[in-house]
Amino acid sequence: MNNFVHILFSTDFAFSVLRVMTPILFAALGALISNKAGIVNIGLEGTMLVSALTGVIVSAYTGSAWLGLLLAIVAGVLIAALLGFFTLKFKTHIILGGIAVNMFASGGTVFILYLVSGDKGASTSLKSGVLPSIHIPILQDIPVLGPILSGHNVLTYVSLLCVAGLYYMLAKTPLGLQIRSVGENPQAAQSVGVRVNRVQFISLLISGFFAALGGAYMSMGYLSLFTRDMTAGRGWIGIAAEAVGRSTTIGTFLSSMLFGAADALANALQVFKIPAELVGTTPYVVTVIGLVVYAVTEVKMKKRKLTKSKEKRA
Amino acid sequence: MFKASQFEKIRTVAVILISLLLTFFIIAIFSKDPLGTILIFLFEPINSLSHIGNVIEMSIPLMFTGLSVVLLFRTNLFNLGAEGLFYFSGIVASTIAIHATLNSWLHPGVAILAGALTGAVLSAIPGYFKAKWNVNELVSSLMFNSILFGVGLYLLNYKLRDTQAFINASYKFQKTALLDNIIPGTRIHTGLIIALLCIFAVYYYMYKTKWGYELRMTGSNRSFAEYSGINTTKVIITVHLLAGFLAGMGGSVEVLGMYSRFQWTSLPGYGMDGALVALLAKNNPLSVIGAALFLAYIRIGADLMARMSDVPAEMISIVQAVIILLISAEQFLKFWKTRMLLKEAGVRE
Repeated sequence: MNNFVHILFSTDFAFSVLRVMTPILFAALGALISNKAGIVNIGLEGTMLVSALTGVIVSAYTGSAWLGLLLAIVAGVLIAALLGFFTLKFKTHIILGGIAVNMFASGGTVFILYLVSGDKGASTSLKSGVLPSIHIPILQDIPVLGPILSGHNVLTYVSLLCVAGLYYMLAKTPLGLQIRSVGENPQAAQSVGVRVNRVQFISLLISGFFAALGGAYMSMGYLSLFTRDMTAGRGWIGIAAEAVGRSTTIGTFLSSMLFGAADALANALQVFKIPAELVGTTPYVVTVIGLVVYAVTEVKMKKRKLTKSKEKRA
Repeated sequence: MFKASQFEKIRTVAVILISLLLTFFIIAIFSKDPLGTILIFLFEPINSLSHIGNVIEMSIPLMFTGLSVVLLFRTNLFNLGAEGLFYFSGIVASTIAIHATLNSWLHPGVAILAGALTGAVLSAIPGYFKAKWNVNELVSSLMFNSILFGVGLYLLNYKLRDTQAFINASYKFQKTALLDNIIPGTRIHTGLIIALLCIFAVYYYMYKTKWGYELRMTGSNRSFAEYSGINTTKVIITVHLLAGFLAGMGGSVEVLGMYSRFQWTSLPGYGMDGALVALLAKNNPLSVIGAALFLAYIRIGADLMARMSDVPAEMISIVQAVIILLISAEQFLKFWKTRMLLKEAGVRE
């Protein structure tokens, strides 16, 4: 037990929480921006997968990890555009569209991986690049904080910047206002001249952008190769984190950190003699618990509001 | 007389044709012998009795999971938990197949029933969450897939594993527990009969009973159903129980019908395929038969193509994604339907 507490409060664990949290946070931000516009992008898992593979292949063939990242983003945005085209133009059900995207990505990435590398499991035969880690001067020399906050992959810092950027965009820009109004009441927004479909489409593209960053991080930061279905549910956990965070930027960030901690905990617990199969379920169990707690709280809040309005009426 | 249902059939056929054209396009791009590969994909599955048997045997688990998802989708529930239930119930059925001592009639029956009941009980958990607190059933069911897989794999590795076997597999099932082969020269097993019986039972339930009516009403408009006096909470939990029962039964039937040991070390994928079958069937239980056979056919076609040519089987998932996108696209071919309706109205005028 002493060992457990020691692990939990070590700087290594805190460092790994930030590292593991990154793809979940990107997915959660993607879910947030699309949810704000009133459409649920559940194709995040598939988008991340496609971007992860694109990043690996491009960086292997060009020798540049940055070019891999760029084209990974392009691929992610294209997938989101495809989803947007079908759901907004053809009126495909948004959830079914997301399921299709994920199915396409799961098999399609193996298909392309096999064509490019001859391997169906992993891209070990490709010499793909890795995005650099950043050691922040001055900060890295501070005790406790230094080991925790310095030395992360560049995309981890990008994810933190994206939280701030998204907060600003939603709260302070015309586009953010349009997105929020479309999500609140599309008919009202339309009546004052906002082009609802276009705003929702833009939101999906931004969502794809965030998912692409998460996917690229998985294959060029967290790991240095692509393996089949490597996102392993992180897109879904991101969606759950966004819900638990009550569709706010700060809430989404905090719940992503919670779920990231659960994932990091699963990694840390491997040193104990707990079967790996059971430990591996930790992130998913915590996600379900988070969803239930959030939903129960919602129901109680609604009841409380109802009670108050009744009291006022009486 | 032009009918909406006729239009839907035409649209489904159009979707299938488009997906086949896409298949040919992909093959043409990647294969050195496109025509030969296309012919393999199209006709090899009916080229021999054993290949036809492969198609039918693959359709059996697809019927179970497709039927499970039909119930959920008709209630407007997007639960994709059939995957984990399928796997975990297979573990439960395997445990009974290994350790219980019963005669050849009772043994598979008890194992399958145990698997099915396990599926029902486990499915009720996210169902209860959804019905009571409106927990997002899509994410929670997917999380349960991973949880059930982890727990199931633990049970396989620590409780059921035969260390004498060369592969990561359970002890051998007792012969009395296995499902009979019903067509010589193939591996088609008794599970096919069970699947067909379940399909007709679900059809009867959905369209001939008041509970089925409540289910469909709840799916169409939950608020309206509640105002009409239907207890939608009870309906949602019941549907989850039934869907879980079917998915669990499917997992049990599959392991006892096709294997002599439990040897899935990853989720087999039939749960997600159930969603595809349900969509192709337009959430109609009787159409699940045709949809499952079609999906099994193109799957076997892709597998045989992969073995006999230079195109990997995974390209089929690209085709499947397109099928989902088009088949649920309300606006797809809408102009054509509108024109037909207008023409008909013109005749009447």
